[in-house]
Amino acid sequence: MVQRVVDWVDERIDLSEVRQFIAEKGVPIHAQKVWYYLGGLTLFLLAVQIFTGILLLLYYRPSAAEAYESVQFIVSDVEFGWLIRNIHSWSANLLIAVAFAHFFSVFLLKSYRKPRELTWLTGIVLLFLMLAFGFSGYLLPWNELSFFATKVGTGIAGTVPFVGRFLLRLLRGGDEVTGATLSRFYGLHVAVLPAITTALVALHLLLVQRQGMSVPIDVEQRAKAGERLRQMPFFPNYVLRDVLAWYIALAILAALAAFYPWELGKKADQFAVVPPGIRPEWYFLAMFHTLKLLPSHILGLEGERVGVAAFALAALFLVLVPFLDGRSNRGERSPLFTALAMLGLVYLVAFTIIGHFAK
Amino acid sequence: MAKLDDIRVADDREVNRRSFLDTVLNVGYVSTAAAIAYPVTRFLIPPKSGEPATASVVAAKAASLRPNSGIVFQFGNKPAIVVRTTDGELRAYSAVCTHLECTVQFKADTSQLWCACHNGIYDLSGNVVSGPPPRSLEKFNVNVRGEPGDEDIVVSRT
Repeated sequence: MVQRVVDWVDERIDLSEVRQFIAEKGVPIHAQKVWYYLGGLTLFLLAVQIFTGILLLLYYRPSAAEAYESVQFIVSDVEFGWLIRNIHSWSANLLIAVAFAHFFSVFLLKSYRKPRELTWLTGIVLLFLMLAFGFSGYLLPWNELSFFATKVGTGIAGTVPFVGRFLLRLLRGGDEVTGATLSRFYGLHVAVLPAITTALVALHLLLVQRQGMSVPIDVEQRAKAGERLRQMPFFPNYVLRDVLAWYIALAILAALAAFYPWELGKKADQFAVVPPGIRPEWYFLAMFHTLKLLPSHILGLEGERVGVAAFALAALFLVLVPFLDGRSNRGERSPLFTALAMLGLVYLVAFTIIGHFAK
Repeated sequence: MAKLDDIRVADDREVNRRSFLDTVLNVGYVSTAAAIAYPVTRFLIPPKSGEPATASVVAAKAASLRPNSGIVFQFGNKPAIVVRTTDGELRAYSAVCTHLECTVQFKADTSQLWCACHNGIYDLSGNVVSGPPPRSLEKFNVNVRGEPGDEDIVVSRT
């Protein structure tokens, strides 16, 4: 049956190129090949997010008066609504964790080096988009925690020099976090970000398929020296392993969703006393804690502004990594960028943990 | 191990390692698909609104409804209409047109109930006069309750 459908399509549009591509595609085998799974895993979790997100749209209502109640309705009245919402929340967090792991593995293996600069660029932007998804999605249940976290988060945008006020009002849809903010974040979360993400993921995948998998620099050097590079056929050998990894991720996701339900908390109230321990989602904790530690003034400038400027520079640096790392581009070892990546990793992990336990 | 591939169970049926693994895998695929499809299907089915079937509702103040007029009000989660005839008699019907569920309204010039969507016309007994509606409107009970001069029109299901 499947064969007949394939034949039918094949007769009309020649699929031989695609078939040949799949048949010939190989995945290199070496000590670091385990990191290859992270990209596919990120893609799988993104698919889970799109699927469960569309389902949640059936019942969610984006207004200050109804958002909280509609989520409450989803988790308590709609059959399996608790499951869909928990999977969406858990998968979001796993997605960001896996995306960060993917990012660091690519960084440390220098896979961004020529000719894969564009793959790196789209990947970095996708990582930022995932954080934007997290930030905008966090507000949607309209509960106390997310309300105040959004106030703080959008407040940071307000410290940007010159355009801060404009940015803050643009993000909030007014001077304060209100129902107008919720409408904006909702539009961002379900329309703007998905549209950009879809296009970038398509480009990212196209580049990966077109250029094949990158191999670590030392493996590349050995291959150049005449050593035969071992390969595994992409189909079915590698695909089977990939699907198995997805299957395991699905099992973990289902277990987490079933046993650790995501809290809904109390409905947001603008005039309520801010509950203690307001903090953002874990993936913003390192940044959050850094800003907390900065003194109020650094060299005559507002500490907050210095911090935000530093983060902006770090983001810009990440975008430019493939263009700054000349040694990797020449196929040489690049210990400076390995050190920078490790430094970034240690900073993020340490500050996330400290931020988690800090009062 | 190669011998295992050749085990013959019956004359024309052969079970070898490949077909065994294929079967196991297929069971896995199907159960995974079912484990996803079942909750998703149940999720798609909207739950009951949770509102109990409305038995009676205050439609309006009796004094506010003049003869030869009618107002639409909410009965449960559907519209209903209460009219006062030229004789001063109160009548209430479901305002859901029996044709395609538009909301009917009172037409003062002809003293009829009129559905604007497809020009269905009912008389003040709820019966179809003309147009596409297949049945007459559902009739409700009307009572007037309360202090004289400040009575409520109470509509209830028959």
